[in-house]
Amino acid sequence: MKAPAIARNRGGAGRGAWGRRVVLALPFAWLLAFFLVPFLIVATISLATPRVGIPPYVPVFDWSGGHLWPSIHADLSTFSLLFQDELYVGAYLESLKIAGISTLLCLLIGYPMALGIARAAPNRRGPLLMLVILPFWTSFLIRVYAWMGILKDEGLLNSLLQWLGVIHHPLVILNTDIAIYIGIVYSYLPFMILPLYATLERQDPALLEAAADLGARPWRAFLSVTLPLSLPGIVAGTLVVFIPAVGEYVIPDLLGGGETNMLGKALWDVFAMSRDWPTASALAVAMLAALVLPLALLSRFQSRMEPAEDGK
Amino acid sequence: MSVRLLARLAAAALVLLAATAARADDDKVLNVYNWSDYIGKDTLDRFTRETGIKVHYDTYSDNEILDAKLMTGQSGYDVVFPSATPFFAQQLKAGIYRPLDLSKIPNAKGLDPQVMNSLAKVDPGNAHGLPYLMSATGLGYNVDAIKKLMPDAPVNSWRMLFDPAVVSKFKSCGVTLLDTPTEVIPAILAYLGHDPLEQTPAALQTAMKALMPLRSNYRYLNSDKYRSDLAGGDVCLSHGYVGDLVQVRNRARESKAADRPNIAIVIPKEGAMVNIDVMAIPTDAPHPDAAYAFINFLLRPDVIADVTNQVGYANAVPASLQYVQPAIKSDPVIYPPADVKAHLFSALPPAPPGFDRLRTRAWTRFRTAKED
Repeated sequence: MKAPAIARNRGGAGRGAWGRRVVLALPFAWLLAFFLVPFLIVATISLATPRVGIPPYVPVFDWSGGHLWPSIHADLSTFSLLFQDELYVGAYLESLKIAGISTLLCLLIGYPMALGIARAAPNRRGPLLMLVILPFWTSFLIRVYAWMGILKDEGLLNSLLQWLGVIHHPLVILNTDIAIYIGIVYSYLPFMILPLYATLERQDPALLEAAADLGARPWRAFLSVTLPLSLPGIVAGTLVVFIPAVGEYVIPDLLGGGETNMLGKALWDVFAMSRDWPTASALAVAMLAALVLPLALLSRFQSRMEPAEDGK
Repeated sequence: MSVRLLARLAAAALVLLAATAARADDDKVLNVYNWSDYIGKDTLDRFTRETGIKVHYDTYSDNEILDAKLMTGQSGYDVVFPSATPFFAQQLKAGIYRPLDLSKIPNAKGLDPQVMNSLAKVDPGNAHGLPYLMSATGLGYNVDAIKKLMPDAPVNSWRMLFDPAVVSKFKSCGVTLLDTPTEVIPAILAYLGHDPLEQTPAALQTAMKALMPLRSNYRYLNSDKYRSDLAGGDVCLSHGYVGDLVQVRNRARESKAADRPNIAIVIPKEGAMVNIDVMAIPTDAPHPDAAYAFINFLLRPDVIADVTNQVGYANAVPASLQYVQPAIKSDPVIYPPADVKAHLFSALPPAPPGFDRLRTRAWTRFRTAKED
């Protein structure tokens, strides 16, 4: 199964090696310039001591001594502060919880939709995918504001439910956690559907026919053929939804009531209210470090799935 | 970092420097960074017509945004409008403002000495900033909704927000707080009869002890959302900046909707914070002379009166009152009468070191306190 893939790699190592290297170098340069360098700057600030001045922290590396090496003023107290205070640990756990539940909901809603699109007649798939992407044509912020209009006490949803006689008093949804879940699931759903669709669409229908021939009922065939083969899509979709959802700031701010203790808001408080750049940077570094572990595990998992995909 | 990268960075820095220098040569340009909706519609055009100086005008909606830009340095702005406390006061300590040469701002002589004195508490001798507009922090409420829930509501008192027996009555129609500890803590200290400007761990503890059990009464803490929600009838009682509340009241009045809310604004009798927004010139401002001309222009009575008429904030130039519309001049929440003025407090001094951190954590804890 692996042989063709290896052969393909070797073929690339010959004449086109330089072109290939340049092509590969571009994304690396991009990551270096826009991810690694900013991250190192933030990580450096997280070790600094706050002060009143420009910048509002004592630089960690002091070159003023005139030596070849700077004198270093590093301070780990910001990190110990984070772990001593249940506030920030709580913010981390709550962010994970909200992102986790939202991702699960996206998966539960997105999977049938992706499957439906993948199984639709080929000439209908384009328009259906278009409908999934269509919301992106409107600004994200405006769509979140629209949800405020839908969810508020005298909004569209409550009016409809009252008109139908389902409820007699308006449900308080806006400014609660439920509104945050609705906002996140709504906003991130397309990011779940697209990778799922990509894997489901490539599945060979003959596999299901074979399962049926061997006596599997449709449900059984789904569980033992379709679902396992779509795992790479599930992993990709989960990552794409989960990671930004952990750091989500705008949706909880607009739809939530503020009692939701998420990292994005806690970070803003520290950065802006007390102008404590080092602690805010430490929070950002801790958040990233805590995300890298599950991310690395998932991507290892995903790379193990790859050969199975090749060998279909 | 490799030598080559360093060299490139140096080259980039040189290009930037050259660009800044080129901008400094051209003194017919001015870069202004002001609050949104905080100037007259034709103020900038008039300035350009009279002086020939072209204005690049940017706006922000949070002191924090301005602060972050200024504290990073090289913002490129010539005139900025921070709130006097705690922002302007803290920024001063960081040395980011240029001492003003008052000989270049002759109109500064017309400023209200009372306002100048309170500003001098954070900026001795008024050396770095002059007052632009100001507004108290008070309460805005939906008259009919409040009357229905509590006919004898103590509407002119902080009890509306902080007395558990009162505020719990309004929970159902929606109560909101500003998401700013430097506004809420002085207010509840005033309600409790403490010195509202005290910034000690003990005072903080007193305030938070009173606030914590009240959390479930507030639908949300936000310094922005309440404006549209109060005007639209979605909440009924908001802690807010009087200038903003005046705009809410006007919007509700102009609304064509049959059920448009009747909004009233009060400055609580226990005393309230006054925010003075200051005009200041950053140390690294590329066009200081144009900045002086602009500040002097804004302090001219007819110009600043025009701004007050359009945005609903009071100014600190007494001679401008002759041009201010009577409805605004006589509005007790925009130009408070002497007896109310006596209870107003301003100029929260910069917090002692370490206190900020303590206060922010207490605030985050309060905001995120879960209902039991």
